[in-house]
Amino acid sequence: MNRRPRIRPSEITTEAAWHSRRSFLAGLAGAGLAALAPGSRAQEVATVKLVAPTLQYRRNARFSTAEKPNSFGEVTGYNNFYEFGTGKEDPARNAHRLRTRPWFVVVDGECSKPGRIDLEDVLKPHPLEERIYRLRCVEAWSMVIPWLGFPLGDFLRRFEPNSRAKFVEFTTLLDPQQMPGQRSNVLDWPYVEGLRMDEAMHPLTLLVVGLYGKTLPNQNGAPLRLVVPWKYGFKSGKSIVRIRFSEKMPRTSWALSAPREYGFYANVNPEVDHPRWSQKSERRIGSANFLARQPTQMFNGYGDEVAGLYRGMDLARHF
Amino acid sequence: MDADYALRRFVKPVVFLLCLAPAAWLVAGIVALQSGDADALAAQSLGANPVEKIQDTLGIWGLRLLLATLAVTPLRVLLGWPKLMLLRRMLGLFAFFYVALHFAWYLLVDQAFDWEQLLADVAKRPYVTAGFTAFLLLVPLAATSTRAAMRRLGRRWLRLHRLVYPAALLGCLHFWWQVKADVREPLVYATVAAVLLGWRAARAIAARTRTPPAAVRASSASPISHQPSSEASIGSPTDTTATNSGSR
Repeated sequence: MNRRPRIRPSEITTEAAWHSRRSFLAGLAGAGLAALAPGSRAQEVATVKLVAPTLQYRRNARFSTAEKPNSFGEVTGYNNFYEFGTGKEDPARNAHRLRTRPWFVVVDGECSKPGRIDLEDVLKPHPLEERIYRLRCVEAWSMVIPWLGFPLGDFLRRFEPNSRAKFVEFTTLLDPQQMPGQRSNVLDWPYVEGLRMDEAMHPLTLLVVGLYGKTLPNQNGAPLRLVVPWKYGFKSGKSIVRIRFSEKMPRTSWALSAPREYGFYANVNPEVDHPRWSQKSERRIGSANFLARQPTQMFNGYGDEVAGLYRGMDLARHF
Repeated sequence: MDADYALRRFVKPVVFLLCLAPAAWLVAGIVALQSGDADALAAQSLGANPVEKIQDTLGIWGLRLLLATLAVTPLRVLLGWPKLMLLRRMLGLFAFFYVALHFAWYLLVDQAFDWEQLLADVAKRPYVTAGFTAFLLLVPLAATSTRAAMRRLGRRWLRLHRLVYPAALLGCLHFWWQVKADVREPLVYATVAAVLLGWRAARAIAARTRTPPAAVRASSASPISHQPSSEASIGSPTDTTATNSGSR
């Protein structure tokens, strides 16, 4: 019998309810507790913890690292999500503007069952797993994060990609009203990322809807994001509204913005430096000795699983 | 109580403390790092990546104070407030203080004394090359910031201290090349630098076309008695005006 716990639509708190509870609590804090007034970010973090709905999932130990995960505050307070500003703390500050319900995802391109589907229908058939993955940013820092999601491949198969589907392209929401960072032309919006088909179908590649057992906070790419743990973080598109199968390699945002610095593959590779800094080592956020660096692992330590995907390729050229 | 006295006794100490404030804030942040749980740490001043925050804070204050130093002469002339000169050496030395700490932090913490890696960085990465060169240019200026050095160097002191111009430009370039995509902030600093240096260039050209150079530079036997028409910045003696006005 295959009776795994799965998420029921009724268990998903609507974004409106989530926000109303959140502002209710913020109101309480503001009215009664002058000492804990808004402005204290520690308080803010605690509030988010309190109200974010809990999801049902099972832990996938096989694909999880035993390393100690970063704290919820670190994971949700230090983000690169330029749609909400280029500072690391901007997303936590600005992402409350994002409305994640209703949310639709368009799946199209080289497949026989394209469509525009509601987020609930995206999630319905897939049991949620918790996977504790390493995240390595191209900026030479790293975290360990307990994600909640399901394999992207399971989702993609529902749309029956055809033989011309060589790549998959992921597009982030474009809405400068909700995403104030898009009001300046820091990147060519909307944000586009992509994977080769075999990378997308790889069991490690995850579509993520939560972290730390709860619904994904907006600043982490709610309501639906990608996580590709053996690639630099920017490869994992956030707040995805469109997934397209294509024959040609997608023109991805960072590769367009600075082709010398960011390639399509962006596999974590200590041997291939970013033109402006070394990738040999990384700083693990929140490590006991905040001064320490640790060596970066090939494919971020997922080489046993993924090295085969790149056999025969010159990774210095296809960086 | 004359204006000179007020400046010396109150304005200078206040500016001194203001210049020290960013460093004090960093020290407080580092002290806070030694205690508390991870969430509290992520929420406090230095954030989740203290090494980066300290590095960036030291660098940005180095650049800000360098531009503040360069703003003294234009403000002095435009506002007709010669006493501003009293602040210039202090601002210049604080700029050097932050730039030197910025470099030390990079060397000691970011590179952890990995000299090989450091040399590779300086050679291979243009933003490091620019920043490192700017730092090197500032070293002799800080070293000759004393009144004795000024007296000893005479007119060469002015020429030497013009190194502050390329240092400021390289500082802006260092910032510009370091950001990944969002150049808005470096653009602000580069614009300020361009205005401050452009004003000097315009003035120098105007002076050359209007007056014979000999007349301007006559009678400057000693740079101390010479009221600084110089553009040089770091380490100009703060006491020049006082000496001339004879307030002591």
